[in-house]
Amino acid sequence: MALDRWLALAILGLCLVYGYTAWFTMDANLPRFMQRNPVWPSTFPKALSVMGAICAMYILVFQKPMDAPGEDDVDYRKLLSYNWVQALALIALMLLYAVCLRPLGFIGATMGFLIIGAWILGERRVHISALVAAIAAGSIWYLVSEVLGIFLRPLPFFLM
Amino acid sequence: MLDGILLGLTTALSIQNLFLVTMGCIIGTLIGMLPGLGPMSIIAIMIPIAIGIGDPSGAMILLAGVYYGAIFGGSTSSILINAPGVASTVATSFDGYPMARRGQAGKALTIAAISSFIGGSVGAILLMIFAPALSSVALLFHSAEYFALMVLGLAAIAAFAGQGNVAKAVLMTILGLIMATVGEGALFNAARFTMGFPSLQSGFGFITLAMAMFALPEAMFLVMHPARSGKGGKAGEIGKLRITRQDARDMAPVVGRQSIQGFFIGVLPGAGATIASFLGYAVERNLASPKEREQFGKGSVKGLAAPEAANNAACSGSFVPLLTLGIPGSGTTAILLGALISLNVTPGPRLMTDSPEIFWAVIISMYIGNVVLLILNLPLIPYIAKLLAVPRPYLIPFILFFTLMGSYIGQNNPTELLILVLLGLGATALRMANYPLAPLLIGFILGRMMEDNFSRAMQLYRGPSFIWERPMTAALLVLAAILLVLPSWRARRERKRSLDSSMGD
Repeated sequence: MALDRWLALAILGLCLVYGYTAWFTMDANLPRFMQRNPVWPSTFPKALSVMGAICAMYILVFQKPMDAPGEDDVDYRKLLSYNWVQALALIALMLLYAVCLRPLGFIGATMGFLIIGAWILGERRVHISALVAAIAAGSIWYLVSEVLGIFLRPLPFFLM
Repeated sequence: MLDGILLGLTTALSIQNLFLVTMGCIIGTLIGMLPGLGPMSIIAIMIPIAIGIGDPSGAMILLAGVYYGAIFGGSTSSILINAPGVASTVATSFDGYPMARRGQAGKALTIAAISSFIGGSVGAILLMIFAPALSSVALLFHSAEYFALMVLGLAAIAAFAGQGNVAKAVLMTILGLIMATVGEGALFNAARFTMGFPSLQSGFGFITLAMAMFALPEAMFLVMHPARSGKGGKAGEIGKLRITRQDARDMAPVVGRQSIQGFFIGVLPGAGATIASFLGYAVERNLASPKEREQFGKGSVKGLAAPEAANNAACSGSFVPLLTLGIPGSGTTAILLGALISLNVTPGPRLMTDSPEIFWAVIISMYIGNVVLLILNLPLIPYIAKLLAVPRPYLIPFILFFTLMGSYIGQNNPTELLILVLLGLGATALRMANYPLAPLLIGFILGRMMEDNFSRAMQLYRGPSFIWERPMTAALLVLAAILLVLPSWRARRERKRSLDSSMGD
């Protein structure tokens, strides 16, 4: 089974769970007075779940095989021939950034993200990437926090 | 009307107001380039400054400049790094980004600047002529028609984004609509489908979803497949800025049509620039010859010019209900309404008679704003486009960082970043399997408005009878169905024809 059918199957599962919630469990707590309404919070989701399930089934059954992707596109069948290690490392780095942003502060976390990101992609001259990261993190923090007034904690939690 | 124009000119051409419109355009462009800060948030940020000016005309002129600048800045990031920060520039990235990847970033930005200029200027002229008359047309549209209009818009998008694979596009649209139902709706104050996560209480963030659908998969693809970023480092080149005579000839009818169509869509409250840009793209794709249609999505001049002209014209259009009825048609104009009220000006039918200088100054300053934007941006384009010449080990972490920032600034919540990465992984898989992602995002954007209008119509008619009782609604829905069926019917007819001709030989 090709990837697009697997994904259609996954979406079908999602629609079924979504539909189950909409059709059976959601309206249990609906107040009396709202039950007299012609439209309930679950009305639109009910319709969507049915349409989504039909559409996913259609793809699952009738979808023609995909064309081979162009030279420029990423072909999932040859996934391992690409730089998937770098891609995974960057995804991990993004998750790490999300976790560290609050405790480390904006400037520290951002500098770390940019330096390690550049290192993953092959920049080995850390002094240059550190300089670039410091300028970028500092100026963006200044723009967002001081000029625009959106609060971003710049320093680690134990300093500020 | 001539009196009004002269009055507007004298107000708008004062040194102070010229300065304000120029500043507004510069600030708007610079901040609009950061994905995540759309015109709405920039205008909200600028309000205290605008109110500080004290003079309502000056304040409106500043804010209108910011508005235009932000929209142009938004197209820049869509074209260069495929990260549309604003819903109305999503369609710009369809053709703008492939063009930039082919090494024609400069040309793409020039086309965008010129189309926006013409779209905005035509919009301002139409606003002058039609503002009073159009306010009554906008009132004719009820929730039922809005619902139908949105169904039509989604169908048009699914039909064009599918490219022979309408089922996948429809499935993505439905998935987007499903995602839009997560969180609290406007009509029912109960959280739905949050699966117990408090961060989903207010639903998925638009920026988060936009970044996850476009920028993240693109960055991942660039990492995995470096050859993709252009052969021989072509993507680093800015290319010529000049557009050829042929390009200009291709653009002219598209820009003309879309400026007018975009304006009229912008007039409808709630429709706004987003729908205008998508419908503009879809319409132009259908009008193009089969050979040109192939180019759409791969860097077509027409495909880039259409949404740009349409969204700027629609921005002018969205001022019609604001200035004539006092009804804001979009989030941005709602913020402008708030600014006006705090300046002690009440927009509405009496604005034109009570304080004509404000009404006309705003219209004239829109025109001036467009000129300023063009003069400012054309010389800046080579520098803006240099962004692409940044070496890979720096460019990609920066794109990822701006994606993360964009969704963080809006919500100030690190959980949003985790959602972003997870959605981005899903989007990467969907993209590998040839699922078009634009319909998902558009479904998500329109989903909430669509449900609200649907529910309102249901309540007014106490059931779904509005579908057949209101002729305009029925007509729009039928049109939507035709749009969905048309591509497969056309494909079948072509297959049959090629079969026939081969039999005839």
